[in-house]
Amino acid sequence: MLLSKKWLNQYIDVSDLSGQALGDLITKNGIEVESVTNRGEGLSGIVVGRVLSCEKHPEADKLNVTKVDIGECDPVQIVCGAPNVGEGQYVIVAKVGARLPGLKIKKAKLRGVESHGMICSLEELGFEKKQIREDEQDGIHTFRESVQVGADVLDLLDLNDEVIELGLTPNRSDCLSLYGIIHEVAAILERPYTLPTADATSSSPSAVTIELATPNCPYYAAREVKGVMISESPQWLKNTLIAEGVRPINNIVDVTNYVMLEMGQPLHAFDSKKLGNSIVVRQAKDGEEMVTLDDVTRTLDSSMMVITDGKVPVAIAGVMGGASTEVDATTTDIVLESAYFDSASVRKTSRTLGLRSDSSARFEKDVDPERVVLALDRAAQLIEEISGGVVYDAVSSGETTSRARQIEVSIDYINKRLGMTLDRQTIVQILERLGLTTEGGDVLTVHIPSRRPDLELPADITEEVARLYGYDSLPSTLPASQSKGYLPVINALRRNTRRVLQGGGLSQAITYSLTSEAHATRFGGEADQLVRLAMPMSEERSVLRTSLIPGLLEAARYNTARQQSNVALYETGRVYTEHGDTLPRETERVAGVVTGLWMDHRSQGTRIPVDYFVAKGIVDTLVETLRLEVTYEAVSMPDMHPGRTANIVMDGEVIGYVGQVHPGTSKDVYGMKEVYVFELNLSALRGEETLLYQDVPRYPSIARDLALVLPRATPAGVVEQTIRQAAGPLLIDLVLFDVYTGENVGADEKSIAFSLKFQDPSRTLQDEEVTAAYETIVEAVRAAHGAEVRA
Amino acid sequence: MKEQLEQLQVEALEEIKQASTQKSLNDVRIKYLGKKGPMTEVLRGMGKLSAEERPIIGEMANTVRTSIQSTLDARIEEVKAIELEEKLRAETLDVTLPGRTSLPGHSHLLQQIIDEMEDLFVGLGYTIAEGPEVETDLYNFEMLNLPKDHPARDMQDSFYITEETLLRTHTSPVQARTMLEANGKPIRIICPGKVYRRDEDDATHSHQFMQIEGLVVDEAISMADLKGTLEVFVKQLFGEAREIRLRPSFFPFTEPSVEVDISCFKCGGKGCNVCKGTGWIEILGGGMVHPHVLEMAGYDSSVMSGFAFGIGVERMAMLKHGVDDIRHFYTNDLRFIEQF
Repeated sequence: MLLSKKWLNQYIDVSDLSGQALGDLITKNGIEVESVTNRGEGLSGIVVGRVLSCEKHPEADKLNVTKVDIGECDPVQIVCGAPNVGEGQYVIVAKVGARLPGLKIKKAKLRGVESHGMICSLEELGFEKKQIREDEQDGIHTFRESVQVGADVLDLLDLNDEVIELGLTPNRSDCLSLYGIIHEVAAILERPYTLPTADATSSSPSAVTIELATPNCPYYAAREVKGVMISESPQWLKNTLIAEGVRPINNIVDVTNYVMLEMGQPLHAFDSKKLGNSIVVRQAKDGEEMVTLDDVTRTLDSSMMVITDGKVPVAIAGVMGGASTEVDATTTDIVLESAYFDSASVRKTSRTLGLRSDSSARFEKDVDPERVVLALDRAAQLIEEISGGVVYDAVSSGETTSRARQIEVSIDYINKRLGMTLDRQTIVQILERLGLTTEGGDVLTVHIPSRRPDLELPADITEEVARLYGYDSLPSTLPASQSKGYLPVINALRRNTRRVLQGGGLSQAITYSLTSEAHATRFGGEADQLVRLAMPMSEERSVLRTSLIPGLLEAARYNTARQQSNVALYETGRVYTEHGDTLPRETERVAGVVTGLWMDHRSQGTRIPVDYFVAKGIVDTLVETLRLEVTYEAVSMPDMHPGRTANIVMDGEVIGYVGQVHPGTSKDVYGMKEVYVFELNLSALRGEETLLYQDVPRYPSIARDLALVLPRATPAGVVEQTIRQAAGPLLIDLVLFDVYTGENVGADEKSIAFSLKFQDPSRTLQDEEVTAAYETIVEAVRAAHGAEVRA
Repeated sequence: MKEQLEQLQVEALEEIKQASTQKSLNDVRIKYLGKKGPMTEVLRGMGKLSAEERPIIGEMANTVRTSIQSTLDARIEEVKAIELEEKLRAETLDVTLPGRTSLPGHSHLLQQIIDEMEDLFVGLGYTIAEGPEVETDLYNFEMLNLPKDHPARDMQDSFYITEETLLRTHTSPVQARTMLEANGKPIRIICPGKVYRRDEDDATHSHQFMQIEGLVVDEAISMADLKGTLEVFVKQLFGEAREIRLRPSFFPFTEPSVEVDISCFKCGGKGCNVCKGTGWIEILGGGMVHPHVLEMAGYDSSVMSGFAFGIGVERMAMLKHGVDDIRHFYTNDLRFIEQF
């Protein structure tokens, strides 16, 4: 909502305050001011001129050479390029030395002809195009009423005004009008004020009849004004509308807009001869069509309320009028409409049609029933004053219900909620400033006027007191009661996980949850489990992710495409799958991507490229740090290398996987050659919460090496499990230290070598015991895997 | 014999002086002090001496022997030191060559802000609550005093999945869930998490972003408590010298509602480009939990009261670290991540 300070000043004296000072006070106590604009900023030396002569420029077709009387001794010669310049016009002249936004006018030669100043368009004075008459949008402005040559244009156009832009929150629709703002400013400044009034006297009975055939219109009032003279509005009216950001059209439409801005009640004017005498308000029929004022044909449905002439729609109620009954230059008689339309109905219609107007914006937020008739009378009065004509008696149908009501609130309630100790008198005085009268002692009965629908509860009264008393005066305390703060287990686990992965050199990424269907169905994502947006903004962000890997691969691609070939990233976050419940299943995962060099100590001769064992090593480190036991099982899955991927298994359950992205996928989809990834269910990583002390060994351990020859396809991890099971509790450490394939073993064979460490925590082991355990192991691996001890 | 001994000493000391390796010194030792060396010979010849001469020569022989031995020992130490020095010199490295680093990865900047907030509020007696990111309309809107036809709700602003479910537009539904679970008991939580809005991504908008919601419900919780709590938080994140300013505002789920500004950390309140000349920067919104919200969650709003506030994590990070484009947080460019 824009507020002209000049306009406000007609009702409450704010002349001693700059726009900024007034704006700061409004912000501090109530409504956020988004900007304060001095409309005359950067303008000077601009006067009214009269074009005495206008001839074509000898050298340029599009230029005219004019002689202009600017109220000085001699007329000045000005070269003007506007297509609409002509002899006899009263125009805006920026004299030599004048200032326009970003421009200083100097004497100039245009194609050899001297020019002493500039004839201006309104745009050159800083007006927005939408505020300018259509026929002047591409040319200069001309005054249509009598103006004094040489007069200051800033005064004429009320440009010595400041406009305050209010950022209204949805609850403060009371300030969608000057009427409401006057009350607000008066409360903040504690100053006397007056309000706009209406005086529409009439004694001619109207022939118009109103029928309300829908519950969405509880009240409808109308007045005829006959014999009006359509013309441009007087300058003061145009100036006010422009300051408020509304484009002047003609003296009827302008008055309806002016009164809407003033009273907050949208009005509409029909051409009475086109409308006839019958007004029927009803729901539209499905498929019914009408052309709105913006010349668009709208297809309506039964959820929309329309005004009809008894037969066809002539306006979409509260949203926009129709072209068929539009007031135009030939109009002589009008019917003014002022109604109370249901806010939800208007909102829904406006949304459905994608059509918003100043009118719908106000009806949506519920207009004040007490001002419906006031606004109608005010508009009739102004039209009579400005356009002539005879005002007819008001006709109406239905009834309005005032929103005035009472709220009971105790002084104690207000103080407790604020943490203050204000006395009754202070509170009552603040409420009175707002025009809220009170009764009672410790429990106040507060009378709420119809103009403040936002005040419903004791908490609302508390806020009114607080904001006008000033939040600066509020003390600072901390909640008095004590409670124990703690980090929940899942948060602690997440932190541990991050610490380990970062310790390993991976940086944390955060990627988008929304992705494309193509990404979400990779790495085993099931199309029938996708969570899809009903109305996505793009295919790229249309479904929720089913894995963190595609997002991390995108991040890796982003980096590798920018000369950062070594990437190590991880992410913790949720994935989402649909299982037919109300809400999708959200599972927290931790995943990582590594590519390029893992270690790059070239000066030391070490360059270790990322490989499968780097990725697995990260997972190993993570699970070992979290004291979990997992096994790895070769697996084949979509988008992963068929020979370099393992499931991570804990307690017989697959909790994730690690491996190389299928070279086809990594190259074709993510533009990278060799990339390794892992992904785990984070919640599965929850290990022992309390660790019990184990004796530090006091007795020596005995080491043995075991080299086995066995079929090449046998996974080492499985052999390891066999060894552990066979060895019993004496085996305390098992390290695989060599894998060999080649001449010294068969073509289908390999050799793997383990270093075993035996120890008994309670005594010194005997060699024979270790040998016995060793033999048991050898027997077990022979039986399970056909493995022989390598000679 | 006396001359012989003197001669011996002179020769031995000279040879010790000449020797420059441990091996040659060892040779000198064997030569003079060894079993077959001249000293042994001298001592063996002592028996032929008279009783008067014997102690004199004996003493002299001992002196000579000790002198050779100690000179030899000293020389050995000297040579050892020289040899070690040479060995170490040979081992000299260019100590300015790069070290074998194993650098830890970086925590995401948004995560760092969240961690800092979590630690602060845990210290103030809060715990951390989380909730689903796909929410029901009920928790995301209705329980927060945003009934279906509320003007502040707009289908166009949210990512709906079905008529009744959507990506949460704020972390506030966690409030509603926590209050219902608390069953009338006091609450003190913060809820960090991802939220989603239908915005085109640009320098200042992101369809996905992070919020931290704070909620305290108890008997006699006041606006002054909210102000005091926010002051602690602001000083932690932006420095002790920061002040806050509350301005009236509106949120459907709080009443009274406030916007909170902090005094500009760049200019200290004088006015600069960061605070757009006002001296203040808007950083968060909050207020007293709306009585409707309390009642819907099963609290008696005449007895219990509460405050709530919501912080935009990206905004905090952008302000605090001067990040100029919100998209940096989600492109995961290592050159960005590794700065923090």
